[in-house]
Amino acid sequence: MSNAKDMQDFPVLPDAKGHFGIFGGRFVSETLSAALDELDALYTRLSQDPAFQKEFDEDLAHYVGRPSPLYFAEQLTKHCGGAKIYFKREDLNHTGAHKINNTIGQALLAKYSGKKKIIAETGAGQHGVATATVAARLGMECKVFMGATDIERQKLNVYRMRLLGAEVISVESGTKTLKDAMNDAMRHWVTHVDDTFYILGTAAGPHPYPKLVRDFQSIIGRETIRQCDEQLGRQPDAVLACIGGGSNAIGMFYPYLNMHDVRMIGVEAGGLGLSGNDHAAPLCKGRPGVLHGNRTYLMEDDNGQIMGTHSVSAGLDYPGVGPEHSWLKDIGRAEYVAATDDEALDAFRALTRIEGIMPALETSHAIAHAMKMAKDMRPDQVLVVNLSGRGDKDIHTVASIDGLENVDV
Amino acid sequence: MSRIAALFSELNKTGKKALIPFVTAGDPHPSVTVDMMHGLVEAGADIIELGVPFSDPMADGPTIQLACERALMHNTSLRDVISMVTEFRTKNANTPVVLMGYLNPVEAMGYETFAKAAQQAGIDGVLMVDMPPEESGENAKIFADHGLDIIYLIAPTTTDARISEIAKYSTGYVYYVSIKGVTGTAAIDVDDVSKNLERIRSRVSIPVGVGFGINNGEAAAAVASVADGVIVGSALVNKIAANAAQPDVAIAEVKTVLSEMRTAMDKQ
Ligand SMILES: Cc1ncc(COP(=O)(O)O)c(C=O)c1O
Repeated sequence: MSNAKDMQDFPVLPDAKGHFGIFGGRFVSETLSAALDELDALYTRLSQDPAFQKEFDEDLAHYVGRPSPLYFAEQLTKHCGGAKIYFKREDLNHTGAHKINNTIGQALLAKYSGKKKIIAETGAGQHGVATATVAARLGMECKVFMGATDIERQKLNVYRMRLLGAEVISVESGTKTLKDAMNDAMRHWVTHVDDTFYILGTAAGPHPYPKLVRDFQSIIGRETIRQCDEQLGRQPDAVLACIGGGSNAIGMFYPYLNMHDVRMIGVEAGGLGLSGNDHAAPLCKGRPGVLHGNRTYLMEDDNGQIMGTHSVSAGLDYPGVGPEHSWLKDIGRAEYVAATDDEALDAFRALTRIEGIMPALETSHAIAHAMKMAKDMRPDQVLVVNLSGRGDKDIHTVASIDGLENVDV
Repeated sequence: MSRIAALFSELNKTGKKALIPFVTAGDPHPSVTVDMMHGLVEAGADIIELGVPFSDPMADGPTIQLACERALMHNTSLRDVISMVTEFRTKNANTPVVLMGYLNPVEAMGYETFAKAAQQAGIDGVLMVDMPPEESGENAKIFADHGLDIIYLIAPTTTDARISEIAKYSTGYVYYVSIKGVTGTAAIDVDDVSKNLERIRSRVSIPVGVGFGINNGEAAAAVASVADGVIVGSALVNKIAANAAQPDVAIAEVKTVLSEMRTAMDKQ
């Protein structure tokens, strides 16, 4: 740590073709190449345009409610008895999660693209809700693809999307979860590429999506750095975030990339445990492959078929991960661990009872790991956890788990 | 000269066009595929595009998605598909076979290992739907070193500049995807295709096959009048789906559809 100041900055990635080392890129069928080129050109132009940046910043301030607070969880810190735990409160954003940062950005791109319709994929429904929200505001027709399994376990969000005027399309193929929703969104996009803008919900997919989603979500890390300076007079020992496709994590991590003293820890869905196959932890247990337009760590069998995943949280139930995380893992800059379903549920209950904050089940994975870590750290050390979303949407899932437990008791 | 190039130059002499059926290997059962391939040749196939089943066929409509699911129910792997071609080659030394599918099974097997095994089996070309030229790099060289032609897609949305770029890397033939969309969902618009073929032909010197949305003899003949090859997939796979429990019937039905196309194409 002492020589961290002498360490060199990391290269600015991705490269022009969307590569993060061997990861990322654009592995798509030819029909989409032109649309992705167009999107890349549009984003490259607008991201250098101060008027676009101003519009984005103003929407984040007045519509989303940014900056989100950095909150010292004093009670949880006492409970764990170790490092100080802070939360970056993305759950307080409009629509209740970090997802809105990205959809505000992509909605602006959609507006400038001249396309008339919006589509999105969703797992937990948070990205679907955030997309339906910006579509309502733009007066654009919106279709959200969602796995049939996820529709069942995230009913509240399904109804929210419908109230917002979006059409929720149930995806019945494959494992009926997020990966299949992404397949069908891509298929729809190929078919309607002339008039449709695809608002992709995580830092994965073909170039330029991983880059632009990261850029839009980086507001999280930039605010955290400023707030740590102002409130603590120092930067944390580690920042933590849960990893589905990796958008809330990369938003927190990216601004910290060259602060070598700050550890970056991503927490994947450990499901029923990493010893079996019932989890969604490609960075911990997978290997590199190609899916959904990019090369990244995947959960696959020996023949290269994508495996079904398991997580109690729909938003983490995905066999791939954004390519930048694969790169950060391989170069050793970020660490990736997993929390099981049970650990996440315990953290969900703990935060609700101890701090009066009900986190999303996705987020609960990061909290579980932070609680574990904090115990072994000194009271002068600091952890910042990205509290990516609120848990209202998960009440149904937790209640049914409670119901089953009661039957067993 | 590769088996594919030789075939097209032979067809050129007689003025005939290539009929290129697609079926998914292992559908409805791995034990049926080699017989199916021989049946395709009997019904008039010039080249066989053999689909490698994948769990997440992003560019395919429901017909071929379900074909993949049927094949994967029996765990049809890329290695199995290569073995099927080895077996096919014991009785057929002439008909070119192109493996069509998604990149990840190849990535998992390893490019070098795959290319070597494919060459030994007598596979002639590869068409990886999610491997555009800019992502091929080293791997394209590995395929070429093992005598495999690389067939790339061109779409209605492909710009002229990109067509020229794709032309540089293509061998064997290029595959023009006739519609914006996934496989097996819409019917072909031949006027639109012939306009686009003008664009393509002025930039591509190798043969152009056209696929997506060709589902009967009339459509096949119309496409044959403007293209070098007619690629037909979902129309055949639908017959397999309808007769999955009776493989003999499935093969017979597929042959009927294909023969009708052959006859219609050759009449003009
Ligand atoms: C609250 C919340 N956190 C995290 C995630 C996981 O996505 P990502 O890894 O892209 O942040 C989701 C996805 O639905 C979510 O709703």
